[in-house]
Amino acid sequence: MVTKISPARDYLLFGVFAIAVLTMPVWLAPIGAGYPDLLQKFAIFGLFATGFNLLFGLTGYLSFGHAAFLGVGSYTAVWSFKLLGMNPIPAAILAVVTSGVFALAIGYVSLRRSGIYFSILTLAFAQMSYNLAYSVLTPITNGETGLRVLESDPRLFDSSANADGPLISNLFGIEMTGYAGFYFCAVVLLIGFFIAQRIFRSPFGIMLRAVKTNQNRMNYTGLNPRPYTLAAFVISGMYAGLAGALMCITDPLAGAERMQWTASGEVVLMTILGGAGTLLGPILGAALIKYFENIFSAFNEQTLHEAFSFLPDFLEYPVVSVAGLFVGEGWHLTLGVLFMLIVIFLPGGIMEGVSRIGRLFRRSSSKVEPSGATAPAE
Amino acid sequence: MSLIRKPLNRRSILRAGAVGGAALATPTIFTSKVWSAGYLNEPTGAEVILGFNVPQTGAYADEGADELRAYQLAVKHLNGEGDGGMLNTFSSKALQGNGVNGKKVAYVTGDTQTKSDAARASAKRMIEKDGAVMITGGSSSGVAIAVQSLCQEAGVIFMAGLTHSNDTTGKDKRKNGFRHFFNTEMSGAALAPVLKNAFGTDRTAYHLTADYTWGWSQEGSIKKYTEGMGWNTAAAVRTPLGAGDFSQYITPVLNSGADVLVLNHYGKDMVNSLTQAVQFGLRDKQVNGKDFAIVVPLYSRLMAQGAGENVKGIFGSTNWHWSLQDEGSKAFVKSFGQEYGFPPSQAAHTTYCQALLYADAAQRAGTFEPCALAAALEGFEFDGMGNGPTLYRAEDHQCFKDVLVVKGKENPSSQFDVLEVVEVTPRSQVEYPAEMLGGELGACNNGA
Repeated sequence: MVTKISPARDYLLFGVFAIAVLTMPVWLAPIGAGYPDLLQKFAIFGLFATGFNLLFGLTGYLSFGHAAFLGVGSYTAVWSFKLLGMNPIPAAILAVVTSGVFALAIGYVSLRRSGIYFSILTLAFAQMSYNLAYSVLTPITNGETGLRVLESDPRLFDSSANADGPLISNLFGIEMTGYAGFYFCAVVLLIGFFIAQRIFRSPFGIMLRAVKTNQNRMNYTGLNPRPYTLAAFVISGMYAGLAGALMCITDPLAGAERMQWTASGEVVLMTILGGAGTLLGPILGAALIKYFENIFSAFNEQTLHEAFSFLPDFLEYPVVSVAGLFVGEGWHLTLGVLFMLIVIFLPGGIMEGVSRIGRLFRRSSSKVEPSGATAPAE
Repeated sequence: MSLIRKPLNRRSILRAGAVGGAALATPTIFTSKVWSAGYLNEPTGAEVILGFNVPQTGAYADEGADELRAYQLAVKHLNGEGDGGMLNTFSSKALQGNGVNGKKVAYVTGDTQTKSDAARASAKRMIEKDGAVMITGGSSSGVAIAVQSLCQEAGVIFMAGLTHSNDTTGKDKRKNGFRHFFNTEMSGAALAPVLKNAFGTDRTAYHLTADYTWGWSQEGSIKKYTEGMGWNTAAAVRTPLGAGDFSQYITPVLNSGADVLVLNHYGKDMVNSLTQAVQFGLRDKQVNGKDFAIVVPLYSRLMAQGAGENVKGIFGSTNWHWSLQDEGSKAFVKSFGQEYGFPPSQAAHTTYCQALLYADAAQRAGTFEPCALAAALEGFEFDGMGNGPTLYRAEDHQCFKDVLVVKGKENPSSQFDVLEVVEVTPRSQVEYPAEMLGGELGACNNGA
């Protein structure tokens, strides 16, 4: 089933991944993605998708309400800023704890069902949380306006010296914006990735895969899958909470729209696009979606005309008007087309593409495996 | 077999970076970021880049589309294309129609989606990646406040678009942020006398309020002024933004004993709630021996068009209306109409003015440096932009100008001619002391 992977290779993978993440500002610059805000998004949503993948990729439980934990993490982090001070570390820890508790409650109820019923239950819970944050809980969440840190907040542990400084979270004097913020997120992503890697390799991870493979058989063997799935759900919720906290650490504002079902859907898209059940896939998927969202939505007719200015006029206008449908406000269309292509031709996501290319290279050196089921790359 | 030494998965992962990069290497326009010692995003080439951050999707998308049209028109006029629009009527003659400070005006756009998160992300992109030296736009106060504080922290100028909440230049005001649009305080002050004449002083109002900063602000202002002239407030109910169906909120109005319904809604929300209120027969009712009335404190032509027949005779206030007959308004309506084939909305007007005011301040200051530019805007008196003599007050960066009280027209002559101006409330009547709304401007930020 799972090929035995030596620890050395794991460390090598982790090392390469770490270097790739930390040098992102350099190698992403030529494609226009090397600016701090987008890099932060890559790291944050990479973490979110990694956590989601621990649940969906390993146990096969498709949660449609993961954004709720993201939102809970965000609100906790901002409250921690408001009450305790602008240090990101307590904010992150509290966010993980709160979202963990929240996930425990939701998971306890939702995991009584599996398949589509589980998805619908989580979706319902998330939508409930969203509506609560939007209306009933406005004293806590500040509703549509979004929760912000104000000058008048107590911030117990902040020295009064930086009382009139900008209200940005800072780690012992380093302001968590720009590249500093990115590196903070990147380090958290690496820690999260490392833990995910350990979980993938652990006996616990094997049990989770067993849940995905055949839960009935597991039951007959005398194993109760519920504690395993619940643990996976809580861990996954904690990842989401941490990602939510990071969003607020780089930009201290929490809005209810983070919990909307579209946000939950987005992380599902990221994971499937990249390759569910693989370690790197969700991170790639997250990066791809965020890249599209930020870069394609920014194109307007002016930039298109510049891009196609080499064409003669009678061609330029039709080309621009067709291409215009796919950029700017129409970037979702591009994403949709891409998603369809990937799901149809590469059901295993980008990672399946990668392994297919890998197989092409291998074909010359050794005989090809009879590849029956498309095993995930990792 | 080669199962054991089959490192396919491993190696493929090592290649993932390269392939992922290839997947990402979709064509894109790479604008180099220019950092220099002076201030953030100082334009060093032949162009200056402005960031237009408007809702292109969501509940306020109509307003956003109109704002973007106005911005594009403003850029044309600044660069000397087209007929020059309001540049010809604007009292300051610093701009010559040859760009600003010798630089051609270029722009980047972003979609706020009427969400604070998305708006901040796209503003950040424009500042960090595209090198925008000013951000402008927005069609919601929540978004405007979020983006304004972002611009303050980053160190660029923010020229607010359509935002009507008191807080934008009240308790959330910032040194780097400026607002041309009026606010709920002015709406209240302008509307109250008209409502008094129309409905008398013995009325009971029922508020339905969009549940976010603008709704709260407007509810507060209208309550303050109506209660000041003797009205009672039966209840004020908060409704979620973008609710769509307001029937559950409208039914209780019938039995509340109120005889005036105040709809603190905007955009599609207002279209829906007003339509439903009329369908429920509120306007045909008699309560306490008086005709039931509906008031929509913030009106726009786009909304009135959306609500159709239902707006007839309903009072509200607006920042500007295309039927105004001063030279500035006529010039703007003419060039906007020539370009797009229909008259501009108040959202288009305010954003067009903001773009011109920014460019003019930069020209007068001789630089795009935020602090110098802010100083040039503070206390700036101007005319010829459709609102009569206007002041950019230094204390809170709020524009003071006449406020229009309008009414849904009984006999519209065209699909755009849906509002009639009832009264132009003079600026002196809507002025208030800057301290009244609280907040601190703080220090300006050059972002260097």
